[in-house]
Amino acid sequence: MNQSRREFLKTGFKTILATGFSIGVFETLRPEVLAALKKEEGLRWAFVVDTTKCIGCGMCVKACKLENEIPYDVNVTRTWVERYVMTKDGRIYADSPKGARDGFIKNDPMGVTVKKEDIDKGFFVPKLCNQCENPPCVQVCPVGATYQTADGIVLVDRTWCIGCGYCIMACPYGVRFFHPVYRVAEKCNFCYHRIKKDMKPACVDACSFGARLIGNIRDPWDSVSRIIKTERTAVLKEEFGTKPHVFYLGLDSIVR
Amino acid sequence: MEVHGEIWTLKELFVYPNEYIYWSIQIVMYPFMTGLVAGAFVLSSLYHVFGIKELKDMAKFALVFSFALLFAAPMPIVLHLQYPFRGINVFLTPHFTSAIAAFGVVFFAYGAIVASEIWFFYRKHFVEVALPLKEKRDKTLLEWIRFIIFHTLTLGAYDISEESLKKDEKAIKILAGIGIPVACFLHGYAGFIFGSVKANALWMTPLMPVIFIMSAVVSGIALCMLTYIVVMEIRKVRLRSRRRPWMVSIEEVKGVEISVIRMTAKYLLVFMIFAITLELLDLIFRGYTAVKHWDILRTVIYGRDFTQIFILQYTFGNLLPFILFLLPRLSIRRAITGLLLVLMGVFMMRWNVVIGGQAFSLTLSGYMDYILPIVPHNWETFKEGIGGALGILIMPFVLFWIFSKIFPVFSSEESH
Ligand code: SF4
Ligand code: SF4
Repeated sequence: MNQSRREFLKTGFKTILATGFSIGVFETLRPEVLAALKKEEGLRWAFVVDTTKCIGCGMCVKACKLENEIPYDVNVTRTWVERYVMTKDGRIYADSPKGARDGFIKNDPMGVTVKKEDIDKGFFVPKLCNQCENPPCVQVCPVGATYQTADGIVLVDRTWCIGCGYCIMACPYGVRFFHPVYRVAEKCNFCYHRIKKDMKPACVDACSFGARLIGNIRDPWDSVSRIIKTERTAVLKEEFGTKPHVFYLGLDSIVR
Repeated sequence: MEVHGEIWTLKELFVYPNEYIYWSIQIVMYPFMTGLVAGAFVLSSLYHVFGIKELKDMAKFALVFSFALLFAAPMPIVLHLQYPFRGINVFLTPHFTSAIAAFGVVFFAYGAIVASEIWFFYRKHFVEVALPLKEKRDKTLLEWIRFIIFHTLTLGAYDISEESLKKDEKAIKILAGIGIPVACFLHGYAGFIFGSVKANALWMTPLMPVIFIMSAVVSGIALCMLTYIVVMEIRKVRLRSRRRPWMVSIEEVKGVEISVIRMTAKYLLVFMIFAITLELLDLIFRGYTAVKHWDILRTVIYGRDFTQIFILQYTFGNLLPFILFLLPRLSIRRAITGLLLVLMGVFMMRWNVVIGGQAFSLTLSGYMDYILPIVPHNWETFKEGIGGALGILIMPFVLFWIFSKIFPVFSSEESH
């Protein structure tokens, strides 16, 4: 114990340097970093929603509810369709009753009948989980029950979720809710059980108009990846820095 | 069948289909309770660390009260969870990018600090109780129980020489010193839980943790003062009913009481000024910068929540008690009114953050109203209703009553 103060500081400093350095090495060797170095290989799911093709029939919502066992009459849903109507006086009507499970069959945006000649524009926007590259929902989960897979899908472990609701609060898109039966966080996962078996998500299969497409954004020849690369797409609420992976064609600035 | 939250949520205009008030009354209680813990501890440390002699009586009491509150602080979260028994997962697999995951670490660190400080503080008392019992032959059953409790509490350290007591004092000072930043952290991070939710326009501000700490200290001091008054009043009643010549006189108790209250009130005022300044700064800043979400925030703050924010929180919770405490010759009755108002004000601040933050939709074009369940019709509406909230409020007092049987919180009977 005859170490002098100076010596002590010296060794301490060296140790800190050494640890810092070794952590730095690990940093560069982390698998995701390696993957990034190899550039755009493998699989990363992405979605394209062509709003110009959506007619608001709600078939996708119905299919999703049945496929993913979300109680049919409970007012929550993994995917939904919004209706937007903008009138000549600049008024915006937006709604999504029951998530558009039954489709938009009446002229009643927000309970109002809008005259045809008053309308400037009107359209439908399907919504689902954006499988964000930088998902705040995963960041805030205190127990790691919600996590991101290597192919970019954000999942919830129903056996581990404590039901705190922090992820629901953190998602800027209002995608999450508590499953009415399992009482844990629930969300769209692009029908992970289906896409893993080379099937399409239920909503994609249910849409007769081709408004919903899914593909691999890392494959340059994939049709979805082609659309994202060659057409003018937009994502929702880019300002949150979540890097959403649902790309919209024909997105309007009034969309919330 | 209903989804969690639907029963107490009223939607208006355009709200996403899955949006409900998921964070309800218990999440209001949670920062309120941790705030009280932190505040009570800071109050006790003012004496131990900064040597503010006038606060001696209050400090002793605040320390034990902070300990009682500490046990109640995590209860709201437990009641809030959909799976309370899985709460342990936070300790098993803490996911440290989450503000809530830090809870385990901070909470236990803080608990350990408070517990050891109390131990050093009351060690002498434990020994004094345990020693005669130890030497006593044929103890009665009750004495045995008492002996076992206090013998355990001494942790085998029977040395109460002048010298070792000096060391104790030093340890208390150090612990109280470390305790202040940890207490602030414990509560500041509760503010961080909200302040870091970027999806929420009302919550996201780096000021949130600081605002939370300041109002925490305010509420902690207020509750300590209030409980102190209540306990002193009870003592007065007791003294009146069974006077013994060796006991302190009622006048003495009265004198001590009012001087302690007046002294502590000064510190309360200082922290209130900090809290209000920060809150107003936040409000002004939001209005001045007026970014995208200000349109809807304005309608919530100045319109829909006007009563809760400007009448209940600022006027009745801040301004009025401020005047009450500033007026000269503070009386006990005036102090009680002021303290109750302060506590209500801090509670409303938590309410306006937690519920107010969910009063508008993520669409920024719709609103949600929260209907607090009063008459419960199932377990959920009980625990996340007024019943659950009141239960949480009562808990620390019951605990404090039990603790005060073990620690002589008010020992002036002996010392006089
Ligand atoms: S859209 Fe919401 S739930 Fe989906 S990954 Fe992004 S933040 Fe998470
Ligand atoms: S509700 Fe479940 S998944 Fe969401 S943050 Fe809490 S523990 Fe994680």
